[in-house]
Amino acid sequence: MALTACRRLGYDGTMSLYYVQKLLYQLNRDPLVRKRFESDKRALLDEYELNVEERAAIEAGDVGLLYVMGVNGQILMHYAALLGQPWDVYIAAMRDGVRKHGPVRAGLYSMLKDRR
Amino acid sequence: MSLVFAGVCSHAPGITGRAARADARVRDTFYAKLGELRERLEAAKPDALIVVAAEHFANFFMNNMPAYCMGMADSYEGPIEDEEWLAIKRNRVPGNADLSRRLIQALLSDIDVAYAEEWKFDHGIMVPLHFLTPRYDLPVIPVNVNCQGPPLTPLKRAYEFGRVLRRACDAQPERIALVGTGGISHWPATPDSGTINEAWDREFLARFLANDAKALTSYTDEETLRDAGQGGFEIRTFLTVAGATEGATGELLFYAPIPIFAVGCTVATMAVKQGRGRPASHKIV
Repeated sequence: MALTACRRLGYDGTMSLYYVQKLLYQLNRDPLVRKRFESDKRALLDEYELNVEERAAIEAGDVGLLYVMGVNGQILMHYAALLGQPWDVYIAAMRDGVRKHGPVRAGLYSMLKDRR
Repeated sequence: MSLVFAGVCSHAPGITGRAARADARVRDTFYAKLGELRERLEAAKPDALIVVAAEHFANFFMNNMPAYCMGMADSYEGPIEDEEWLAIKRNRVPGNADLSRRLIQALLSDIDVAYAEEWKFDHGIMVPLHFLTPRYDLPVIPVNVNCQGPPLTPLKRAYEFGRVLRRACDAQPERIALVGTGGISHWPATPDSGTINEAWDREFLARFLANDAKALTSYTDEETLRDAGQGGFEIRTFLTVAGATEGATGELLFYAPIPIFAVGCTVATMAVKQGRGRPASHKIV
């Protein structure tokens, strides 16, 4: 699917959250997608409507920023496991993400109250 | 024959994946009670086990999310997660496509259940199976109730789904066991992972064990999100078991918050009354 100019420029971020989650969902469950992620990441990411921030977060494995963007935590937890992140590192990454980027911006988790 | 066994248990990935980090005494008691649940399950001599789970985007995504789905394959595989992370080896799990097909056909008289001939199990099913059918020698029929991606099925529908699932089971010649797995209060996969609202859990369990349909279905999702976290939405799986055992009560084998497992760990059974000649209900809620 083609990227629109506005998405390339990073506008309209919440609308492409769906595709961030779809990519991670497919990565988590499909060994062939995982293989492409390792061998030809650029071409794989080109197939999803991602804005600049989303693409950079996925390329960097930035779990904290992906959490703040609103990626469902269950998808993100499997992704962190796939990245080989130890449990404490994964939890700390989400906390750091909130500290650095502010509260969760979209989705179900934006409705949760901070209980700590 | 009919439904011959019903129970519930927790499924959090930490139960196996972070076992070494839990208080050994509490953990081992929990494991022993899961072992007791397995013994009771085996004593019922089931031909198949229906696991009502709340899967976590292993098979279903927001492009086409069923509120209810039943597997219809002769085998499944899992876990999808990294084997070391979950501390469960990838396995092929037997199914029973023929029994699934008959159950689905029966369910469709009352509820628009989806079916899936391909299904990869995540921790939501693999952790219970690790304890309940560790040799993977009992055919499993997976059922998913969407508890992760709102809009979600109303609680009354989850209870009603259990009622119609019971009727579907009772119409089959096989001996069928049912295990629900989810919740209770927890904030999994968030920075608040490890938070558990024990008071809320115990109140919920009192309603569940009494099989108080009115009280069980009285929570609003806003209240659940506030008091029990987004993981609390998984009470739908317990409600389905309660619906399938309507009129019977339960026995709590174990409950204790284990924060490193990120959940109040729960093991319980529900009595299964046989031969009640339950009339078919066509009440759609």
